[in-house]
Amino acid sequence: MTEAKGIGGVKILDGNRAAAYGILLSRPDIITSYPITPQTPLLETLYRFQADGLLDAEMVETEGENTSMSILLGASAAGGRTFTATSSQGLSFMNDAYLQAAGNRFPIVMVIAMREQVTPHGVVAGQQDAVSVKDHGWIQLYTESCQEILDSIIMAYRLAEDEEVLLPVNVCYEGFYLSHNSQRVEVPEQEEVDEFLAPLKHMKRQKFTLEEPTIFSSYTVPGELYTEYRFKACAAQQRAKQKWDQIDKAFGEKFGRSYGGQIEAYRAEDAEVVIVTMGCSTGTAKVVVDKKRDQGVKVGLIKIKMFRPSPKERLMEALSGKKAIGVIDRNVCFGWNCGHNFLELKTLLSDLHTPLPLLLDFIGGLGGCDITNRDVERVIDRTMAAAKGEPQQTVTWLSLE
Amino acid sequence: MRLRSPFEGPWSTPKDPYDIKTGEWRSQRPITKVEKCRQCGWCYIFCPSGCIEEKEYYFTANLEYCKGCGTCSKVCPAKAIMLIREEV
Repeated sequence: MTEAKGIGGVKILDGNRAAAYGILLSRPDIITSYPITPQTPLLETLYRFQADGLLDAEMVETEGENTSMSILLGASAAGGRTFTATSSQGLSFMNDAYLQAAGNRFPIVMVIAMREQVTPHGVVAGQQDAVSVKDHGWIQLYTESCQEILDSIIMAYRLAEDEEVLLPVNVCYEGFYLSHNSQRVEVPEQEEVDEFLAPLKHMKRQKFTLEEPTIFSSYTVPGELYTEYRFKACAAQQRAKQKWDQIDKAFGEKFGRSYGGQIEAYRAEDAEVVIVTMGCSTGTAKVVVDKKRDQGVKVGLIKIKMFRPSPKERLMEALSGKKAIGVIDRNVCFGWNCGHNFLELKTLLSDLHTPLPLLLDFIGGLGGCDITNRDVERVIDRTMAAAKGEPQQTVTWLSLE
Repeated sequence: MRLRSPFEGPWSTPKDPYDIKTGEWRSQRPITKVEKCRQCGWCYIFCPSGCIEEKEYYFTANLEYCKGCGTCSKVCPAKAIMLIREEV
Protein backbone atom coordinates (compact mmCIF):
# COMPACT_ATOMS: atom_id res chain seq x y z
CA MET A 1 0.00 0.00 0.00
CA THR A 2 1.41 3.33 -1.00
CA GLU A 3 1.47 5.82 1.84
CA ALA A 4 0.53 9.38 1.05
CA LYS A 5 2.45 10.82 3.95
CA GLY A 6 3.33 14.44 4.32
CA ILE A 7 0.74 15.72 1.89
CA GLY A 8 -0.98 17.90 4.47
CA GLY A 9 -0.42 21.60 5.06
CA VAL A 10 -1.57 24.86 3.52
CA LYS A 11 -1.57 24.99 -0.26
CA ILE A 12 -2.85 27.24 -3.04
CA LEU A 13 -5.25 25.09 -5.01
CA ASP A 14 -8.02 25.57 -7.50
CA GLY A 15 -11.28 23.66 -6.98
CA ASN A 16 -10.33 20.75 -9.20
CA ARG A 17 -7.04 20.21 -7.42
CA ALA A 18 -8.64 20.66 -4.02
CA ALA A 19 -11.14 17.96 -5.02
CA ALA A 20 -8.27 15.72 -6.13
CA TYR A 21 -6.68 16.03 -2.68
CA GLY A 22 -9.98 15.14 -1.06
CA ILE A 23 -10.19 12.00 -3.19
CA LEU A 24 -6.55 11.06 -2.62
CA LEU A 25 -7.05 11.30 1.14
CA SER A 26 -10.25 9.19 1.00
CA ARG A 27 -8.28 6.25 -0.52
CA PRO A 28 -10.64 5.10 -3.30
CA ASP A 29 -10.17 1.62 -4.78
CA ILE A 30 -11.15 2.53 -8.31
CA ILE A 31 -11.40 5.76 -10.32
CA THR A 32 -12.84 5.99 -13.82
CA SER A 33 -12.12 8.97 -16.01
CA TYR A 34 -13.32 10.63 -19.14
CA PRO A 35 -12.37 14.24 -19.80
CA ILE A 36 -14.85 17.09 -20.09
CA THR A 37 -14.33 20.76 -19.36
CA PRO A 38 -14.29 22.05 -16.63
CA GLN A 39 -13.56 18.91 -14.56
CA THR A 40 -10.66 17.54 -16.66
CA PRO A 41 -7.82 18.98 -14.51
CA LEU A 42 -9.28 17.08 -11.52
CA LEU A 43 -8.79 13.72 -13.21
CA GLU A 44 -5.41 14.81 -14.60
CA THR A 45 -4.31 15.62 -11.06
CA LEU A 46 -5.38 12.17 -9.90
CA TYR A 47 -3.24 10.60 -12.65
CA ARG A 48 -0.35 12.76 -11.47
CA PHE A 49 -0.87 11.52 -7.92
CA GLN A 50 -0.81 7.96 -9.19
CA ALA A 51 2.34 8.56 -11.26
CA ASP A 52 4.01 10.06 -8.19
CA GLY A 53 3.18 6.95 -6.20
CA LEU A 54 0.79 8.74 -3.86
CA LEU A 55 -2.47 7.23 -5.04
CA ASP A 56 -3.00 3.47 -4.88
CA ALA A 57 -6.16 3.06 -6.94
CA GLU A 58 -7.19 1.24 -10.08
CA MET A 59 -7.46 3.93 -12.77
CA VAL A 60 -9.61 3.23 -15.83
CA GLU A 61 -9.67 5.50 -18.88
CA THR A 62 -13.02 4.84 -20.48
CA GLU A 63 -14.44 5.63 -23.90
CA GLY A 64 -17.24 7.75 -22.45
CA GLU A 65 -19.05 8.79 -19.30
CA ASN A 66 -21.64 6.05 -19.57
CA THR A 67 -18.89 3.45 -19.24
CA SER A 68 -17.24 5.46 -16.47
CA MET A 69 -20.35 5.17 -14.34
CA SER A 70 -21.14 1.60 -15.42
CA ILE A 71 -17.72 0.38 -14.29
CA LEU A 72 -18.31 2.01 -10.93
CA LEU A 73 -21.65 0.20 -10.61
CA GLY A 74 -19.83 -3.13 -10.75
CA ALA A 75 -16.96 -1.99 -8.56
CA SER A 76 -19.34 -0.60 -5.98
CA ALA A 77 -21.41 -3.80 -6.03
CA ALA A 78 -18.22 -5.67 -5.19
CA GLY A 79 -17.72 -3.41 -2.18
CA GLY A 80 -15.18 -0.96 -3.60
CA ARG A 81 -14.79 2.73 -2.81
CA THR A 82 -15.31 4.47 -6.12
CA PHE A 83 -14.94 7.87 -7.76
CA THR A 84 -15.49 9.67 -11.02
CA ALA A 85 -16.20 13.22 -12.12
CA THR A 86 -18.13 14.84 -14.94
CA SER A 87 -19.88 17.97 -16.20
CA SER A 88 -22.76 19.03 -18.43
CA GLN A 89 -23.31 16.72 -21.42
CA GLY A 90 -21.04 14.14 -19.82
CA LEU A 91 -23.59 13.85 -17.03
CA SER A 92 -26.37 13.50 -19.59
CA PHE A 93 -24.45 10.81 -21.44
CA MET A 94 -24.11 8.68 -18.29
CA ASN A 95 -27.74 9.16 -17.36
CA ASP A 96 -29.02 5.58 -17.36
CA ALA A 97 -26.03 4.38 -15.34
CA TYR A 98 -26.46 7.40 -13.05
CA LEU A 99 -30.01 6.28 -12.30
CA GLN A 100 -28.86 2.73 -11.62
CA ALA A 101 -26.32 3.92 -9.06
CA ALA A 102 -29.07 5.37 -6.91
CA GLY A 103 -31.58 2.58 -7.52
CA ASN A 104 -29.10 -0.11 -6.56
CA ARG A 105 -28.04 1.93 -3.50
CA PHE A 106 -24.37 2.06 -4.53
CA PRO A 107 -22.41 4.57 -2.40
CA ILE A 108 -20.52 6.12 -5.31
CA VAL A 109 -19.09 9.62 -4.89
CA MET A 110 -19.00 11.78 -8.01
CA VAL A 111 -17.96 15.36 -8.57
CA ILE A 112 -20.01 17.53 -10.89
CA ALA A 113 -17.96 20.56 -11.93
CA MET A 114 -21.11 22.40 -12.92
CA ARG A 115 -21.44 23.83 -16.39
CA GLU A 116 -24.36 25.11 -18.41
CA GLN A 117 -26.37 22.43 -20.10
CA VAL A 118 -27.08 22.49 -23.83
CA THR A 119 -28.69 24.14 -25.70
CA PRO A 120 -27.57 27.04 -26.19
CA HIS A 121 -24.07 25.64 -26.15
CA GLY A 122 -21.57 27.15 -23.77
CA VAL A 123 -18.41 26.02 -22.03
CA VAL A 124 -19.32 28.27 -19.12
CA ALA A 125 -20.40 28.07 -15.49
CA GLY A 126 -23.96 27.35 -14.46
CA GLN A 127 -25.85 24.88 -12.32
CA GLN A 128 -28.25 23.55 -14.89
CA ASP A 129 -26.54 20.17 -15.36
CA ALA A 130 -26.65 19.19 -11.68
CA VAL A 131 -30.08 20.58 -10.78
CA SER A 132 -31.63 18.88 -13.80
CA VAL A 133 -30.93 15.50 -12.16
CA LYS A 134 -32.17 16.54 -8.73
CA ASP A 135 -34.75 13.77 -8.61
CA HIS A 136 -32.62 10.94 -9.91
CA GLY A 137 -32.09 9.57 -6.41
CA TRP A 138 -28.62 10.90 -5.61
CA ILE A 139 -27.68 13.06 -2.66
CA GLN A 140 -26.41 16.43 -3.90
CA LEU A 141 -24.10 18.76 -2.00
CA TYR A 142 -23.26 22.24 -3.34
CA THR A 143 -20.10 24.00 -2.27
CA GLU A 144 -18.95 27.58 -1.88
CA SER A 145 -15.13 27.45 -1.75
CA CYS A 146 -12.18 25.26 -2.72
CA GLN A 147 -11.69 24.33 0.93
CA GLU A 148 -15.29 23.28 1.18
CA ILE A 149 -14.90 21.08 -1.91
CA LEU A 150 -12.01 19.16 -0.36
CA ASP A 151 -13.73 18.77 2.99
CA SER A 152 -17.08 17.85 1.42
CA ILE A 153 -15.57 14.99 -0.58
CA ILE A 154 -14.17 13.37 2.57
CA MET A 155 -17.49 13.88 4.35
CA ALA A 156 -19.37 12.60 1.27
CA TYR A 157 -17.73 9.18 1.57
CA ARG A 158 -18.64 9.07 5.24
CA LEU A 159 -22.28 9.81 4.32
CA ALA A 160 -22.57 7.59 1.24
CA GLU A 161 -21.13 4.47 2.84
CA ASP A 162 -23.02 4.82 6.11
CA GLU A 163 -25.09 1.66 6.58
CA GLU A 164 -28.21 3.72 7.29
CA VAL A 165 -27.79 5.70 4.07
CA LEU A 166 -26.04 3.76 1.26
CA LEU A 167 -26.76 6.27 -1.47
CA PRO A 168 -24.53 7.85 -4.09
CA VAL A 169 -23.43 11.44 -3.47
CA ASN A 170 -22.65 14.31 -5.85
CA VAL A 171 -20.27 16.99 -4.68
CA CYS A 172 -21.08 19.94 -6.95
CA TYR A 173 -19.12 23.12 -7.62
CA GLU A 174 -19.42 25.72 -10.31
CA GLY A 175 -17.05 25.35 -13.22
CA PHE A 176 -14.34 28.02 -13.64
CA TYR A 177 -15.49 30.11 -10.64
CA LEU A 178 -14.34 27.30 -8.36
CA SER A 179 -12.86 24.66 -10.65
CA HIS A 180 -10.24 27.02 -12.09
CA ASN A 181 -9.84 29.76 -9.44
CA SER A 182 -7.12 29.27 -6.83
CA GLN A 183 -7.67 29.78 -3.14
CA ARG A 184 -5.92 29.03 0.12
CA VAL A 185 -6.71 25.45 1.09
CA GLU A 186 -5.72 23.53 4.20
CA VAL A 187 -5.03 19.93 3.26
CA PRO A 188 -5.57 17.52 6.16
CA GLU A 189 -3.04 14.86 7.09
CA GLN A 190 -3.67 11.33 5.80
CA GLU A 191 -3.78 9.83 9.30
CA GLU A 192 -6.49 12.25 10.40
CA VAL A 193 -8.65 11.42 7.37
CA ASP A 194 -8.07 7.70 7.94
CA GLU A 195 -9.34 8.14 11.48
CA PHE A 196 -12.34 10.13 10.29
CA LEU A 197 -13.33 7.46 7.77
CA ALA A 198 -12.49 4.54 10.07
CA PRO A 199 -16.10 3.98 11.29
CA LEU A 200 -17.00 2.92 7.73
CA LYS A 201 -14.89 -0.23 8.09
CA HIS A 202 -17.46 -1.65 10.50
CA MET A 203 -20.53 -0.68 8.50
CA LYS A 204 -22.75 -3.35 6.96
CA ARG A 205 -22.92 -3.33 3.19
CA GLN A 206 -24.32 -5.81 0.69
CA LYS A 207 -21.47 -7.11 -1.46
CA PHE A 208 -21.33 -9.14 -4.63
CA THR A 209 -18.62 -11.81 -4.22
CA LEU A 210 -17.80 -15.10 -5.93
CA GLU A 211 -18.23 -16.91 -2.64
CA GLU A 212 -21.69 -15.47 -2.09
CA PRO A 213 -23.07 -14.59 -5.50
CA THR A 214 -26.03 -12.23 -5.57
CA ILE A 215 -28.20 -10.74 -8.26
CA PHE A 216 -28.35 -6.96 -8.35
CA SER A 217 -30.37 -4.58 -10.50
CA SER A 218 -32.97 -7.35 -10.61
CA TYR A 219 -35.98 -7.04 -12.88
CA THR A 220 -38.45 -6.36 -10.06
CA VAL A 221 -42.02 -7.55 -9.96
CA PRO A 222 -44.58 -7.55 -8.50
CA GLY A 223 -45.33 -3.87 -8.15
CA GLU A 224 -45.50 -4.12 -4.37
CA LEU A 225 -41.83 -5.15 -4.25
CA TYR A 226 -40.91 -2.36 -6.67
CA THR A 227 -42.77 0.05 -4.40
CA GLU A 228 -40.87 -1.30 -1.41
CA TYR A 229 -37.50 -0.41 -2.97
CA ARG A 230 -38.72 3.07 -3.84
CA PHE A 231 -39.99 3.47 -0.27
CA LYS A 232 -36.64 2.35 1.14
CA ALA A 233 -34.69 4.75 -1.09
CA CYS A 234 -36.89 7.68 -0.01
CA ALA A 235 -36.48 6.69 3.65
CA ALA A 236 -32.69 6.54 3.26
CA GLN A 237 -32.71 10.06 1.76
CA GLN A 238 -34.58 11.31 4.80
CA ARG A 239 -32.12 9.60 7.18
CA ALA A 240 -29.24 11.23 5.30
CA LYS A 241 -30.29 14.70 6.48
CA GLN A 242 -29.61 14.36 10.20
CA LYS A 243 -26.68 12.07 9.43
CA TRP A 244 -25.12 14.86 7.40
CA ASP A 245 -25.51 17.32 10.25
CA GLN A 246 -23.75 14.84 12.55
CA ILE A 247 -20.95 14.20 10.05
CA ASP A 248 -20.43 17.94 9.56
CA LYS A 249 -20.23 18.42 13.32
CA ALA A 250 -17.79 15.51 13.75
CA PHE A 251 -15.66 16.94 10.93
CA GLY A 252 -15.64 20.30 12.67
CA GLU A 253 -14.49 18.75 15.92
CA LYS A 254 -11.66 16.91 14.21
CA PHE A 255 -10.49 19.42 11.60
CA GLY A 256 -11.74 22.75 12.95
CA ARG A 257 -13.92 23.47 9.92
CA SER A 258 -17.63 22.87 9.57
CA TYR A 259 -20.28 24.22 7.25
CA GLY A 260 -23.53 24.21 9.16
CA GLY A 261 -24.67 20.82 7.92
CA GLN A 262 -27.62 20.85 5.52
CA ILE A 263 -27.82 24.64 5.41
CA GLU A 264 -25.74 27.52 6.70
CA ALA A 265 -27.51 30.47 8.29
CA TYR A 266 -25.40 33.62 8.05
CA ARG A 267 -26.50 36.58 10.18
CA ALA A 268 -30.02 35.27 9.69
CA GLU A 269 -31.29 34.79 13.23
CA ASP A 270 -32.44 38.37 13.90
CA ALA A 271 -32.90 39.23 10.21
CA GLU A 272 -36.21 40.57 8.89
CA VAL A 273 -35.48 39.41 5.37
CA VAL A 274 -33.13 36.75 4.09
CA ILE A 275 -31.59 35.92 0.77
CA VAL A 276 -31.11 32.30 -0.23
CA THR A 277 -28.10 31.17 -2.23
CA MET A 278 -26.53 27.93 -3.39
CA GLY A 279 -22.97 27.48 -4.64
CA CYS A 280 -20.15 29.97 -5.10
CA SER A 281 -22.23 33.15 -5.28
CA THR A 282 -22.71 32.70 -1.53
CA GLY A 283 -19.28 34.23 -0.89
CA THR A 284 -20.16 37.42 -2.80
CA ALA A 285 -23.57 37.56 -1.14
CA LYS A 286 -22.07 37.32 2.37
CA VAL A 287 -19.88 40.36 1.65
CA VAL A 288 -22.94 42.33 0.55
CA VAL A 289 -24.94 41.17 3.58
CA ASP A 290 -22.12 42.47 5.82
CA LYS A 291 -22.19 45.82 4.00
CA LYS A 292 -25.96 46.11 4.34
CA ARG A 293 -25.76 45.16 8.01
CA ASP A 294 -23.27 47.98 8.54
CA GLN A 295 -25.90 50.29 7.05
CA GLY A 296 -28.45 48.97 9.54
CA VAL A 297 -30.42 46.77 7.15
CA LYS A 298 -31.63 43.66 8.93
CA VAL A 299 -30.76 41.11 6.27
CA GLY A 300 -29.38 37.61 6.58
CA LEU A 301 -28.40 34.78 4.29
CA ILE A 302 -29.27 31.10 4.03
CA LYS A 303 -26.92 28.91 2.03
CA ILE A 304 -28.35 25.66 0.78
CA LYS A 305 -25.55 23.12 1.06
CA MET A 306 -27.64 19.97 0.79
CA PHE A 307 -30.00 20.37 -2.15
CA ARG A 308 -31.00 16.69 -2.21
CA PRO A 309 -32.52 15.49 0.04
CA SER A 310 -34.32 18.77 0.64
CA PRO A 311 -33.29 20.26 4.00
CA LYS A 312 -36.95 21.03 4.63
CA GLU A 313 -37.01 21.05 8.43
CA ARG A 314 -33.87 23.15 8.77
CA LEU A 315 -35.15 25.62 6.16
CA MET A 316 -38.52 25.94 7.86
CA GLU A 317 -36.82 26.69 11.15
CA ALA A 318 -34.51 29.27 9.56
CA LEU A 319 -37.20 30.97 7.44
CA SER A 320 -39.94 31.03 10.03
CA GLY A 321 -41.01 34.58 10.95
CA LYS A 322 -39.13 36.29 8.10
CA LYS A 323 -41.00 39.01 6.24
CA ALA A 324 -39.56 38.33 2.81
CA ILE A 325 -37.18 35.92 1.12
CA GLY A 326 -35.12 36.66 -1.99
CA VAL A 327 -33.83 33.58 -3.79
CA ILE A 328 -30.84 33.78 -6.12
CA ASP A 329 -31.12 30.97 -8.65
CA ARG A 330 -28.33 30.10 -11.04
CA ASN A 331 -30.57 27.74 -12.95
CA VAL A 332 -34.01 27.66 -14.47
CA CYS A 333 -37.03 25.45 -14.10
CA PHE A 334 -38.54 25.58 -17.56
CA GLY A 335 -42.04 24.49 -16.64
CA TRP A 336 -42.54 27.06 -13.88
CA ASN A 337 -40.74 30.12 -15.30
CA CYS A 338 -38.48 30.41 -12.23
CA GLY A 339 -35.40 28.86 -10.65
CA HIS A 340 -35.31 25.53 -8.84
CA ASN A 341 -34.73 26.83 -5.33
CA PHE A 342 -37.61 29.27 -5.69
CA LEU A 343 -39.83 26.32 -6.53
CA GLU A 344 -38.46 24.27 -3.62
CA LEU A 345 -39.06 27.09 -1.13
CA LYS A 346 -42.49 27.80 -2.53
CA THR A 347 -43.34 24.18 -1.79
CA LEU A 348 -42.36 24.32 1.87
CA LEU A 349 -43.74 27.83 2.53
CA SER A 350 -47.22 26.45 2.98
CA ASP A 351 -46.02 24.54 6.06
CA LEU A 352 -44.87 27.75 7.81
CA HIS A 353 -47.05 29.65 10.25
CA THR A 354 -48.88 32.67 8.92
CA PRO A 355 -48.18 35.41 8.02
CA LEU A 356 -46.19 33.67 5.30
CA PRO A 357 -43.04 35.39 4.07
CA LEU A 358 -43.14 36.93 0.60
CA LEU A 359 -41.00 35.02 -1.86
CA LEU A 360 -39.10 36.60 -4.74
CA ASP A 361 -36.89 34.91 -7.30
CA PHE A 362 -33.81 36.36 -8.97
CA ILE A 363 -32.36 34.38 -11.83
CA GLY A 364 -28.72 35.27 -12.39
CA GLY A 365 -25.33 33.91 -13.32
CA LEU A 366 -26.60 31.90 -16.28
CA GLY A 367 -24.22 31.17 -19.13
CA GLY A 368 -21.19 32.19 -17.10
CA CYS A 369 -22.53 35.65 -16.15
CA ASP A 370 -21.14 37.02 -12.90
CA ILE A 371 -23.41 37.43 -9.91
CA THR A 372 -21.91 40.72 -8.82
CA ASN A 373 -22.05 42.70 -5.58
CA ARG A 374 -24.35 45.10 -7.38
CA ASP A 375 -26.68 42.23 -8.33
CA VAL A 376 -26.88 41.02 -4.75
CA GLU A 377 -27.55 44.59 -3.57
CA ARG A 378 -30.48 44.76 -5.99
CA VAL A 379 -31.76 41.46 -4.63
CA ILE A 380 -31.57 42.69 -1.04
CA ASP A 381 -33.08 46.11 -1.82
CA ARG A 382 -36.05 44.60 -3.63
CA THR A 383 -36.63 41.91 -1.04
CA MET A 384 -36.55 44.59 1.64
CA ALA A 385 -38.97 46.74 -0.38
CA ALA A 386 -41.32 43.76 -0.69
CA ALA A 387 -41.16 43.28 3.07
CA LYS A 388 -42.24 46.91 3.46
CA GLY A 389 -45.28 46.30 1.28
CA GLU A 390 -44.07 47.72 -2.04
CA PRO A 391 -45.27 45.52 -4.91
CA GLN A 392 -42.44 43.63 -6.60
CA GLN A 393 -42.11 41.41 -9.62
CA THR A 394 -42.06 37.74 -8.52
CA VAL A 395 -39.35 36.56 -10.90
CA THR A 396 -36.54 38.87 -12.01
CA TRP A 397 -33.93 37.96 -14.61
CA LEU A 398 -30.95 39.88 -13.23
CA SER A 399 -28.80 40.10 -16.35
CA LEU A 400 -31.68 41.18 -18.59
CA GLU A 401 -32.48 44.43 -16.81
CA MET B 1 -45.69 -1.43 6.92
CA ARG B 2 -45.57 -4.61 4.85
CA LEU B 3 -41.95 -5.04 3.76
CA ARG B 4 -40.76 -8.39 2.46
CA SER B 5 -37.26 -8.04 1.01
CA PRO B 6 -34.23 -8.25 3.31
CA PHE B 7 -32.40 -5.98 0.86
CA GLU B 8 -32.30 -2.18 0.64
CA GLY B 9 -32.24 -2.21 -3.16
CA PRO B 10 -33.26 -4.59 -5.94
CA TRP B 11 -30.84 -7.33 -4.91
CA SER B 12 -31.58 -11.01 -4.56
CA THR B 13 -29.82 -14.33 -4.11
CA PRO B 14 -29.92 -17.26 -6.57
CA LYS B 15 -31.72 -19.31 -3.92
CA ASP B 16 -34.33 -16.77 -3.10
CA PRO B 17 -34.82 -14.57 -6.12
CA TYR B 18 -37.03 -11.60 -5.37
CA ASP B 19 -37.51 -11.12 -9.06
CA ILE B 20 -39.78 -11.90 -11.92
CA LYS B 21 -41.39 -15.31 -12.41
CA THR B 22 -41.07 -15.43 -16.20
CA GLY B 23 -43.44 -18.42 -16.29
CA GLU B 24 -46.27 -15.88 -16.16
CA TRP B 25 -45.42 -14.79 -19.70
CA ARG B 26 -46.04 -18.22 -21.24
CA SER B 27 -48.68 -18.92 -23.89
CA GLN B 28 -47.71 -22.58 -24.36
CA ARG B 29 -46.13 -25.11 -22.02
CA PRO B 30 -43.71 -27.99 -22.67
CA ILE B 31 -44.74 -31.43 -21.42
CA THR B 32 -42.16 -34.21 -21.23
CA LYS B 33 -43.37 -37.67 -22.19
CA VAL B 34 -41.44 -39.41 -19.48
CA GLU B 35 -41.28 -42.80 -21.14
CA LYS B 36 -39.73 -41.31 -24.32
CA CYS B 37 -37.03 -39.23 -22.62
CA ARG B 38 -33.51 -40.70 -23.06
CA GLN B 39 -31.96 -38.20 -20.67
CA CYS B 40 -29.54 -36.92 -23.35
CA GLY B 41 -29.78 -33.43 -21.81
CA TRP B 42 -30.09 -31.46 -25.07
CA CYS B 43 -33.08 -29.55 -23.78
CA TYR B 44 -31.07 -28.71 -20.65
CA ILE B 45 -28.22 -27.34 -22.78
CA PHE B 46 -30.33 -25.38 -25.28
CA CYS B 47 -32.99 -23.87 -23.00
CA PRO B 48 -32.48 -20.06 -23.34
CA SER B 49 -34.00 -19.51 -19.88
CA GLY B 50 -31.86 -22.17 -18.23
CA CYS B 51 -34.95 -23.53 -16.57
CA ILE B 52 -34.74 -27.27 -17.43
CA GLU B 53 -34.34 -29.46 -14.36
CA GLU B 54 -33.02 -32.99 -14.20
CA LYS B 55 -35.34 -35.47 -12.47
CA GLU B 56 -34.50 -39.09 -11.65
CA TYR B 57 -35.47 -40.56 -15.07
CA TYR B 58 -36.13 -37.53 -17.28
CA PHE B 59 -35.65 -33.78 -17.87
CA THR B 60 -38.49 -31.29 -17.54
CA ALA B 61 -39.02 -27.53 -17.47
CA ASN B 62 -39.48 -25.54 -14.26
CA LEU B 63 -42.79 -23.88 -15.12
CA GLU B 64 -42.19 -20.97 -12.71
CA TYR B 65 -39.55 -19.70 -15.14
CA CYS B 66 -40.27 -21.42 -18.51
CA LYS B 67 -41.37 -18.77 -21.04
CA GLY B 68 -42.78 -21.38 -23.42
CA CYS B 69 -40.44 -20.66 -26.34
CA GLY B 70 -40.48 -24.31 -27.47
CA THR B 71 -36.72 -24.64 -28.06
CA CYS B 72 -36.57 -27.80 -25.91
CA SER B 73 -39.23 -29.45 -28.04
CA LYS B 74 -37.47 -28.47 -31.26
CA VAL B 75 -34.06 -29.85 -30.27
CA CYS B 76 -35.25 -33.05 -28.56
CA PRO B 77 -33.94 -35.99 -30.71
CA ALA B 78 -36.42 -38.40 -29.09
CA LYS B 79 -39.42 -36.12 -29.72
CA ALA B 80 -40.22 -36.51 -26.06
CA ILE B 81 -41.38 -32.91 -25.47
CA MET B 82 -44.71 -31.67 -26.75
CA LEU B 83 -46.20 -28.18 -26.44
CA ILE B 84 -49.74 -27.50 -25.37
CA ARG B 85 -51.53 -24.15 -25.33
CA GLU B 86 -51.98 -22.49 -21.96
CA GLU B 87 -55.62 -22.05 -21.07
CA VAL B 88 -56.39 -18.39 -20.37
